[in-house]
Amino acid sequence: MGQSLIVRHLEAWYGSNKTLKGINMQIAPNQVTAIIGPSGCGKSTFVRCINRMHETLPGTKVKGEIILDGESIYDQDPVALRKTVGMVFQKANPFPSMSIYENVVAGLRLNGMKSKQKLQASAEKSLRMAALWDEVKDRLNYSGMSLSGGQQQRLCIARALAVEPSVLLMDEPASALDPIATTHIEELIRQLKENYTILIVTHNMQQAARIADSTAFFLSGELVEHGPTSEIFTNPNDKRTEDYITGRFG
Amino acid sequence: MNDRLRRYRNLTMMGIFTIATLIALVPLFGVLGYVVKNGFSALNFEFFINLPKAMGLSGGGMANAIVGTLIMVAIATLIGIPIGILTAIYLTEYDRTSWFSIGVRFATDVLTGIPSIIVGIVIYTAVVLKMGHFSALAGGLSLAIIMIPLIIRSTEEMLKLVSHSIREAGYALGISKRVIILRIILPTAAKGIITGAMLAVARVSGETAPLLFTALGNQYWAHSLNEPIAALPVQIYQYATSPYKEWHQQAWAGSLVLILMVIVLNLIARLAFRSRSN
Repeated sequence: MGQSLIVRHLEAWYGSNKTLKGINMQIAPNQVTAIIGPSGCGKSTFVRCINRMHETLPGTKVKGEIILDGESIYDQDPVALRKTVGMVFQKANPFPSMSIYENVVAGLRLNGMKSKQKLQASAEKSLRMAALWDEVKDRLNYSGMSLSGGQQQRLCIARALAVEPSVLLMDEPASALDPIATTHIEELIRQLKENYTILIVTHNMQQAARIADSTAFFLSGELVEHGPTSEIFTNPNDKRTEDYITGRFG
Repeated sequence: MNDRLRRYRNLTMMGIFTIATLIALVPLFGVLGYVVKNGFSALNFEFFINLPKAMGLSGGGMANAIVGTLIMVAIATLIGIPIGILTAIYLTEYDRTSWFSIGVRFATDVLTGIPSIIVGIVIYTAVVLKMGHFSALAGGLSLAIIMIPLIIRSTEEMLKLVSHSIREAGYALGISKRVIILRIILPTAAKGIITGAMLAVARVSGETAPLLFTALGNQYWAHSLNEPIAALPVQIYQYATSPYKEWHQQAWAGSLVLILMVIVLNLIARLAFRSRSN
């Protein structure tokens, strides 16, 4: 099941550059939350804080609090946390040395799961959830790199799902894909929210309108507005949100 | 008019490049051809299994030198490959930017450019004089010292080619850094790392200067790693500078064997790399 997230006064830096300036936000479980905003507004940094990826880069700093299902993520071991908070990246990044099957179960196998039966069951389940099973079931031993761009991205989604997280972060997962592959991924996201809390960063406002239950608008490291998607798009509270959505800047 | 001038200039430049390439080919094939021509006639099965004959006698072989080279290259490989690869992992995965790693990189570059005879002198002073005798161990050690910076640099380049997004994918799955390095990054870069290591092995197997001070050479079989041992390059040097015609022949045959060893290693390395890019 999905878990809820509470973010309190989150600040983040790259070197001396402050990219998040105190974010307060509540994220409901089993919903799709879209993060929109112009380039450089801190939306990627925001999701990268939630699985503590931000701090893996040299020269970065984080302050504030993120509560996942009642527990602060900064009290947890980051490696363990990332099994609960999965992530899909902008560019599909399957492991080049591994087959399709090995890619899907990488998170389980490299964390010590040995049972072949369990691994195979998990691979099939995850690939089915990612709507990729029918396309690859006859060539699970092929290299992950042999797939098309859209298939590779769904492979990466399957790989993230196999670890059975409760929160799934998606950083512009469809921005490098053609419209057909994008439709596949959006359909998938709609189905996944039954079991996961989903945060999706997107540049594409139609995409946010199509799939998100709630939408948050970021600008220059601040959260301008967060509310139900229909409200953000039809009746925003803040002038800046309206300007951005109607294309007057950004 | 302008058009003709451009075409004329173009042709001239192309001509210069072609001539330079042909000139570069002359010594390359000259050396290879000369060694094959002179070495092939002296090369036979005896050469690979017999010890050298006494001065001036015909026949005999360089079995001890071939084995000696293989032993010392093996010692160098056993020392050089682990240290080189582990250092490169440290430099790319754990510490890319500190003064320490910048210093290590600089020292590595300097060591790559140092004439190998200097490595020989250092080992001679530090090991041979202390132990009181020349040995295969000292020879292998000096080859290892030449090999380590080559392997550090080639491995580092290969590890850097592994995209950062692959490392992030590993982190995002809750995999520990140690496992990401061992099970994801190394396999991804494996073929390039092996290629670099093999080229380094090929490079040191032809080294002569450091072995003159450390392994010395031996007309007979060495019975332990602690005594002077024969090596192909050293044997070639000694035979080629002797006054005997029969030994000159043997030196040519030895040269051919050495070149073949290097070519085989190169080919294996390149074939491994090609299968990766496909």
